[in-house]
Amino acid sequence: MVGRDMEQGTQDKEATQAMTDIDRLLQVARRLKTQFGDAVEEVKVHNGEVTVTVRRDILTEVMRYLRDEERFEMLVDATAVDYLPLRDEPRFEVVYHLLSLTHRLRLGVKVRLQSEDAWVPTVCHIYPSANPYEREIWDMFGIHIEGHPNLKRILTYDEFPGHPLRKDFPLFWQPGMPLEKREEQFEEW
Amino acid sequence: MATVEREQALMTVNMGPQHPSTHGVLRLILTLEGETVVDIEPVIGYLHTGIEKEAEFKTYHKVITLNDRLDYVSGMTNNFAYSLAVEKLLGIEPPPRGQYLRVIVAELQRIASHLVWLGTTGLELGVISAFFYCFREREKILDLFEMLCGARLTYSYIIPGGVRYDLPDGWIDRCRQFLREFPQAWQELDELISQNPIWLERTKGIGVIKPEDAIAWGVTGPSLRATGVAWDLRKTMPYSRYDDFDFEIVTETDGDTYARYWVRMREMLESVKIVQQAIENLPSGPVLADHPWATPPPKERLDKDMEALIRHFLFYSRGYPVPPGEAYAAVESARGEVGFYIVSDGSEKPYRMHMRAPSFIHVHALPIAARGHLVADLIAILASFDPVMGEVDR
Repeated sequence: MVGRDMEQGTQDKEATQAMTDIDRLLQVARRLKTQFGDAVEEVKVHNGEVTVTVRRDILTEVMRYLRDEERFEMLVDATAVDYLPLRDEPRFEVVYHLLSLTHRLRLGVKVRLQSEDAWVPTVCHIYPSANPYEREIWDMFGIHIEGHPNLKRILTYDEFPGHPLRKDFPLFWQPGMPLEKREEQFEEW
Repeated sequence: MATVEREQALMTVNMGPQHPSTHGVLRLILTLEGETVVDIEPVIGYLHTGIEKEAEFKTYHKVITLNDRLDYVSGMTNNFAYSLAVEKLLGIEPPPRGQYLRVIVAELQRIASHLVWLGTTGLELGVISAFFYCFREREKILDLFEMLCGARLTYSYIIPGGVRYDLPDGWIDRCRQFLREFPQAWQELDELISQNPIWLERTKGIGVIKPEDAIAWGVTGPSLRATGVAWDLRKTMPYSRYDDFDFEIVTETDGDTYARYWVRMREMLESVKIVQQAIENLPSGPVLADHPWATPPPKERLDKDMEALIRHFLFYSRGYPVPPGEAYAAVESARGEVGFYIVSDGSEKPYRMHMRAPSFIHVHALPIAARGHLVADLIAILASFDPVMGEVDR
């Protein structure tokens, strides 16, 4: 089944040789916009990539639409970024990188989150590969994943205080060091 | 009720973190029914070094030395993916000779990595002698790398803008000699392993993954190609200069441990083909792009040119600013898709660096392959995904 789709994809690619990948991704983004309207907040082209920013409440529908209708079969990567020193709010961005084996395209999907309200719905049931990535996002950034079947810390241990990849977590910290000591230690270093 | 009886017969066993066949420090919580694996819960993080956090405090040039410590069995491909991402942000492209050298070292690295995999998997599955043949061949590749950049494991050879050094005298001849000899060594390994009844017994039909499962779980690289999906980034989404070379995507259809083994074996020969073509058509010229601040100036200009000296000091002490933005670049490593996602705020240090590690996903996809098999086969299945804990835990 997969093999046949791939052949189809190759033919598509030849037929639309004149169109660049960016054009095709922008078409996908346009279809997303007609489907979901204002909930698609931003479509950005940067360094040869296309990223769409969507509202959190439609994330699961967007993912399902992209997988089933636009054939982005694989969730390659999911991670988060903490923008605390750069801007006030929204503080976090959760970034999903999708890959279409059929059309040979990559698309970024982003959700922006306020620091007081940092949670995203899980996409595990749509892309099973999201499972470990979402645990990593929770572990490293403290962004709660709503509906995740097994939301435990993944890289650090269960008793670990704080979320290390947040920008207000210092580089220098050792187990057993009190919280207020952290900053001093960092300055000394 | 049958289910109640089943539950009574279940047993939980801890495998790892210190277990010789877990390729590092991986802990698997197994739920067993007799000898049969009912469920697996991978527990990772024993090798977590916080490299992603540390990268935020280092300049772009210094982060290169962190990258090859992630996947320490194929450091070159990590440098490769990182450099591509930074180049995307900087908007520079390496000169042709630099591109070809990148392809050459990345393919040699693939052969070396597959040889480590084959040797250690052989050790686990009772083909002990294969280990020595594999490491003998790998040693030759490491010698070539040592001639190139002085390092045998953590190379930092590929940097944004090209590669660090041009080829030393005599390197091409030694590489040609290796390429001449390697197919014979491959033949030896093939005769030693491929028809070995123990090997066949332990790998055929073991750990089957269906293509749709593999895609849903994000399995990439040889493990995906073993299920029959012809997906190889070198061919399907070519980066660098891979579209110049003539090679094939190696696929198998069974999706079992033997298919993963055979894909890797044949890939080594494809890599030899690529290196041969790259060496024959190696362009002349510089190996590093000449960017006003993002690449180090040529060494021979340092004692003649004041500007070059200033540039040299600035490059190594303060680093170079990278325009704000974000980029994701991926390459096909020996294990699968290695990607780097870099967010820049316009300063000399990456604002956020994330590595997409294939082993991270493969370890979590292990349960779908191993359910219903014996514990002894679990070792073969785990080994067939070739996880490297350095990139799982980052």
